[in-house]
Amino acid sequence: MSEESKPIGGEFLTTPFKVLAGFTLFAGLLVLIRYVMGIGAVSNLSDGYPWGIWITYDVVAGTAIACGGYSMAILVYVLNKGEYHPLIRPALLASVFGYTLAAISIFIDIGRYWQGYNMFWPKYSNVNSVMLEVAVCIALYVMVLWIEFAPVLFEGMQKYKGNLPAFLTKWDVSGLQKIWSKFLFFFIALGILLPTMHQSSLGSLMLIAGKKLSPLWQTGFLPLLFLISAITMGYAIVIFESLFSSVGLKRPAETPILAKLSGIMPWLIGTYLVIRVLDLIVRGALGKAFAFNVQSLMFWIENALFVYPLVILMSAQNRTKARPLFLSALSILLAGLIYRFNAFLIGFDPGNGWTYFPSFSEILITFGIIAFEVMAYLYIVKKFPVLPKTEHA
Amino acid sequence: MKNKDIASVSKHLGVSRREFLKYCSIVAAGMGLPLGTGEQIAEAVTKAARRPPVIWLSAQECTGCSESLLRATHPTFEHLILDLISLDYHETLSTPSGHQAEAARAASIKENKGKFILVVDGAIPVKDKGIYCMIAGRTALDILQETAKDAFAIIAMGSCSSWGGVPSADPNPTGATPVQKILTDAGIKTPVVTIPGCPPNPYNFLSTVLYFVTFKKLPELDDLARPKFAYGRLIHENCERRPHFDAGRFATEFGDENHRKGYCLYKLGCKGPETHANCPSILFGDTGSGTWPVGTGHPCFGCTEKGIGFHKPLFSKASLHMVTPPDTYPHVVEHQGKSALAGIAVAAAAAGAAYAAVNNVAKKLGDDDGKGKK
Repeated sequence: MSEESKPIGGEFLTTPFKVLAGFTLFAGLLVLIRYVMGIGAVSNLSDGYPWGIWITYDVVAGTAIACGGYSMAILVYVLNKGEYHPLIRPALLASVFGYTLAAISIFIDIGRYWQGYNMFWPKYSNVNSVMLEVAVCIALYVMVLWIEFAPVLFEGMQKYKGNLPAFLTKWDVSGLQKIWSKFLFFFIALGILLPTMHQSSLGSLMLIAGKKLSPLWQTGFLPLLFLISAITMGYAIVIFESLFSSVGLKRPAETPILAKLSGIMPWLIGTYLVIRVLDLIVRGALGKAFAFNVQSLMFWIENALFVYPLVILMSAQNRTKARPLFLSALSILLAGLIYRFNAFLIGFDPGNGWTYFPSFSEILITFGIIAFEVMAYLYIVKKFPVLPKTEHA
Repeated sequence: MKNKDIASVSKHLGVSRREFLKYCSIVAAGMGLPLGTGEQIAEAVTKAARRPPVIWLSAQECTGCSESLLRATHPTFEHLILDLISLDYHETLSTPSGHQAEAARAASIKENKGKFILVVDGAIPVKDKGIYCMIAGRTALDILQETAKDAFAIIAMGSCSSWGGVPSADPNPTGATPVQKILTDAGIKTPVVTIPGCPPNPYNFLSTVLYFVTFKKLPELDDLARPKFAYGRLIHENCERRPHFDAGRFATEFGDENHRKGYCLYKLGCKGPETHANCPSILFGDTGSGTWPVGTGHPCFGCTEKGIGFHKPLFSKASLHMVTPPDTYPHVVEHQGKSALAGIAVAAAAAGAAYAAVNNVAKKLGDDDGKGKK
């Protein structure tokens, strides 16, 4: 496997990188204000909407988008499709930072963060809480992801010393590499179990909202729908990221392998949509989709974005072409994203006149988090063996 | 052994062992002491070889403090004076009178020199050499100075002895002076605890006495020598009507609709915001919930606080030390959603930028199948 990937090299302090750094620094400043002045100083969160864009995007949607590592692991290790192995590392890389920053953003979002450690203190754990499951599961998975990704870092520290600052290369990690090679299988297994648990539990979170959540989204199938859409988004992000970086980093596109990978997606989207629509019909909630309000509009946008890639990717010819592939992947990501925003914010009405739209600072903190993820991605693919080797012409 | 002692005392007091231990625990809890202290108190009370001697002096007073104590139900005052302490002299309650009573006082001072507790209720007039309060032909000033020297500690019971009270109200014709000032002026160093109140809550007195009996020292005091367990907080802090204050709901006249609804009495001149006492927590008179001045609908008049009670007009407003509730409290009126214009603008800009980027990439990708040229 070490023969498949290679750092792409090149200067990392590019203009986009600097812009991203600006966003990150500004967000860092806002986070500082949040810790000094309190959540109210930077956000529009309220008692009616205690979960805003930070939970909905950074945690719920962010981890779903970061499901690339999970989805690829199912494919390569559970279904034993070794040919996709070159895609594992970039997928894992996106997952590592997606999840790590989701975990960090929870500590920006929770009001009494100084009591946050109590979550992990068995004496104080509420074992009947979905939130505990999500918190513990995500925390564990962040560690598992770093363990899974560590071999890439080790390899970089051994084989590509020239790229890295001296303090990273002065240790000999070959011993660690040996230990890792013995135990990695266990963490790979954990890395498949944990997201299965919490990606569905993220859906269960909204079950508790009961009638506050519009019937268009409130269903006992929320956990299953969240899980299936998260796995689909996992494949979509792998395709999206690969094609996006091929343009952005000026590398040849990996269209053939992506075409093959995208063959799975119509099945997943199809299953998802069948469950989604049947559930709406059986519960008699479909009428709400014709209410001609914001919720029904968002419902149609969400599902149109699911249907579009289904139609496009059903055609084997389309799957071999980069642009339809790219747009389909993007459409799935947006669909999953909007599904999560709908289920957590737009379909949610706590009553009594509460309203919510994220504030300037709130959105910029989220941008900062995204910017940091992209910066980390850019740095690591340039310095560590992540992206598949390409044949030079 | 210990249980046997407690059992015997319980029998003596006419209450069950359980009742007795419960009482001691309540006293301990009232003083904010740890859980096991109740038992220590019970043990100290039962084990004492001799009940602690107490001499009670009265000066310019109305006997309200004694009356207040007489109405205590746990323990009752008779249990206190007959079983817990040895009340050797009290002008109203002593069995002997006249010369006999004075002799008992002299005898107790001699016998218990440096060991007895001196309780004083009433202010001491100092004008014209103290002639405005005479007992047995001597001025109260003289008697106090003589007795205080030999006491282990002094409890100034009630507002008069604590800071002057009613007799010291302007223009203070008799020169009514609190106990502590007299002792300081006379150079007597016996420690003084003040239990202000008009009348003071009997349990603040009883708790202080039992603390002394148990630990042989005085409880922690504030800079006005008041026990912190009782006077550490403003009435305003624990008042049952506090939420109305925070919400801006006030009674503006006696008997108006807001008054009948039980709203805050601040605008009627309640001195709760500047008066330190535990009234809202332990109530008054043992007659159940809501029985304390503010609970019954009358503004607090600040009896425990020097310069407030009998000095500040009853219906003038209190000065506020804590205007807003602490930040850790929920707000009374929550913002139900703030303006989000900037947020919408940023979101729109981001959507635009994302669209441009994606569009750009999609264009460049073309229909490349990865095998041929772009």
